[in-house]
Amino acid sequence: MNFISEFGKFSIFMVKVFSKPERIKLTFKELTEELNKLGIHSISIVVIISFFIGAVITLQTAYNISTPLVPTYLVGYLVRESMLLEFSSTIVSLILAGKIGSNIASEIGTMRITEQIDALELMGVNSASFLVAPKILAAMLISPVLYIFSVFIGIIGGVIAGHFGGVVNLDDFVNGLQYSLNTYYITYSVIKTIFFGFVITAIPAYYGYYVTGGALAVGKASTKAVVNSSIFVLLLNLILTQILLD
Amino acid sequence: MISLRNVYKSFGKNEVLKDISVDFEAGKTNLVIGRSGSGKTVLLKSIVSLYGVDSGSIKYVDQDITKMDFTAIRELRKEVGMLFQGGALFDSMTVLENIIFPLNFFSTMTKKEKVKRVDFCLDRVDLQGVDNLYPGELSGGMSKRVAIARAIALNPKYLFCDEPNSGLDPLTSIVIDKLISEITKEFNMTTIINTHDMNSVMEIGEKIVFISEGRKCWEGEKESIFTSDNEELNNFVFASELYKQIKNDKK
Repeated sequence: MNFISEFGKFSIFMVKVFSKPERIKLTFKELTEELNKLGIHSISIVVIISFFIGAVITLQTAYNISTPLVPTYLVGYLVRESMLLEFSSTIVSLILAGKIGSNIASEIGTMRITEQIDALELMGVNSASFLVAPKILAAMLISPVLYIFSVFIGIIGGVIAGHFGGVVNLDDFVNGLQYSLNTYYITYSVIKTIFFGFVITAIPAYYGYYVTGGALAVGKASTKAVVNSSIFVLLLNLILTQILLD
Repeated sequence: MISLRNVYKSFGKNEVLKDISVDFEAGKTNLVIGRSGSGKTVLLKSIVSLYGVDSGSIKYVDQDITKMDFTAIRELRKEVGMLFQGGALFDSMTVLENIIFPLNFFSTMTKKEKVKRVDFCLDRVDLQGVDNLYPGELSGGMSKRVAIARAIALNPKYLFCDEPNSGLDPLTSIVIDKLISEITKEFNMTTIINTHDMNSVMEIGEKIVFISEGRKCWEGEKESIFTSDNEELNNFVFASELYKQIKNDKK
């Protein structure tokens, strides 16, 4: 029952968020700022995580291939498939849910308790649309870019770890990368990241927007936002995988 | 003029406003006084429709805000300026950006005209050279002045101030009070100020409304406070020895 009423409240919030903005120019300006804040500022964490995960997948795969009957180029193939299908879309989104989600929930929550949202409403501005829509749109636009970036960095991590770890030579690794590539997997993952981009911004914005109380409430909203957006990323991952790969 | 008739507002089972009927006059500094938790802020936020009321009417001249749809309320709000308790300046924007913000949304001015208007508003609140500072770099008094400048940027007909003196020293409080009073006269606005500061009442109050536990208990001119026999009002106003002394002297 609680879930249904919460979902109803969230839907009404989304209608408010995506209602026609007062000034398209100002919304566009906010959008470019959010692209910078959510996208460019997330590149470093995506690079670090993707590089090391790519490297670790390479080493783990190579060390677990104990029989000479399995060709070593499969290491490259498995790194590519892992990054392409799951890691760069789902895991990166989960990490961003923590980084971006807590940021959005606390930013909007603080604006709520310091009456900045009331001030916007009082000026006749649709606060939900002005504050939240650019964040959601920016995340949906930048997530596929971060995904592709993550895939490349992960593969580079794999190449370097394979080469310097002495577990797979460069030629074999590259052969593996080129082996049996299904380009639909890229489309499938890009679609997933667009949905994840929505989830990791809309849910935290919702929790931040309806905060009541003080600093403690903002902290709680932030935690709730990260936990729930992570759960929804995983749930959506399951649903979209079933629909898109069926 | 703003007229309230039989306004009720509750949050769940907690009835915060009970049968409030009062007229706030144009061109006057109307003060709503009362103890903390008496319902002053809820009353102010109900008047601007940030809170919907349970029953009753709130008329801006002849427009009843309780019967308006969201679009009409947003139109009306363009004629409203509000000074929030903490200032409510946007943290991520400079002073200039804060004041220019409502102009960007609702005026057809050129950029040059907007900057000129910002300079005028800052000048009016006696602040110079702060355009590029962020709210975090301002003192409490400066923040309040910037918030007033932002509130008057669009030439509002109605000005609402929620505890404008909270957190300020007595001298700065007097400066802010006088500023609000001067602006009210200059632009012939209907101004409503929430306060529990008796110095403000004595300094700038023209019409005083006293509310206690969500009910309007008394209204009148500030001079009549000293002769009123309303027990609740007397308990509130003459809580301090200083005001008891003033009352005795007046007698």
